[in-house]
Amino acid sequence: MAFVNPKKKEVQVKIVYYGPGRGGKTTNLEYIYDKFSSRIKTEMVTIKTHGDRTLFFDFLPFDIGKVNGYDVKIQLYTVPGQVKYNATRRLVLRGVDGMVFVADAMAVRREKNILSLKNLQENLANYKRSIFKVPMVLQYNKVDLAEQGIPILPVETLEQDLNAKLKTASFPASALMGTNVVATLKKIISLTMASIVKDLK
Amino acid sequence: MSYTFGQEQLDGIEDVLQQDLIDIGVSCVFIIDMAGNIIANRDNGESQHDVYSLAALAAGNFGAVSAMAKIIGEGEFSLLFHKGVKENIHFNKIVSEFLMITIFSNDISLGFLRLKVNEAVEKIKTALGATEVP
Repeated sequence: MAFVNPKKKEVQVKIVYYGPGRGGKTTNLEYIYDKFSSRIKTEMVTIKTHGDRTLFFDFLPFDIGKVNGYDVKIQLYTVPGQVKYNATRRLVLRGVDGMVFVADAMAVRREKNILSLKNLQENLANYKRSIFKVPMVLQYNKVDLAEQGIPILPVETLEQDLNAKLKTASFPASALMGTNVVATLKKIISLTMASIVKDLK
Repeated sequence: MSYTFGQEQLDGIEDVLQQDLIDIGVSCVFIIDMAGNIIANRDNGESQHDVYSLAALAAGNFGAVSAMAKIIGEGEFSLLFHKGVKENIHFNKIVSEFLMITIFSNDISLGFLRLKVNEAVEKIKTALGATEVP
């Protein structure tokens, strides 16, 4: 849950990027970090294995200014996507305020996206949270690979697979090129802030 | 897991951190929840640590070590200590949702620090109105 500090007039908001391994969660954060480096005062924290995969999580904090007189500190986290790191994923999800699900649009990853979303639902249920109630945005990453002749799932298929029940905002994106990375971020921040603004009296 | 603090409660907690820990020479102390949010923090004015990143990592670290504890049949490890060349970090659970993280130099002995941390934790539990035993 977002922590509201009435003394410092500050609210800390936790947004987690979730999704299958090698889907581009860390790349999203790296793009944001590069793009807004002048406004981000701290280093991005990342815990990687040798193979460049996220072992534990990435962490990127930044300020977005004031809402209702409170300083809002957004804290972006990623989880490790690989199936075997579920215990770590569950840890990172603790106290989450908003979610971005980064799906991999490559046709060969179709099954992995569906499994990862199901895994997210189970892990949220572990904290007695419903996937339908936590603010969430879907991102269909790697759509730029179509130009290189790599088979990409049509957006309609991705919507059918992942968003049929959630019915939330979704963005086709390229985390590497930066396409729709900022749009995704803005959308999840606005959805998340809308859900917690009632706590900021 | 939802909780709120009033300004007076936070004032009380920060007073304890200042008097029991910063005033004896601890360079930086903060209280976090298990999601990695900072509840309260105090430092000696010289420490330039990025406490938000430290809090995120500390919550993750404590969670990882708790998972290790369960594998060997312990419920959890309620305190952790990382020794450095100049600075050391001490983690102490307050109640199930909150941790106290203390950063201190070798000028303070670990035994003395643990004593003071225990005293501070007891006072903070009272301030939190917590009856839960860690």
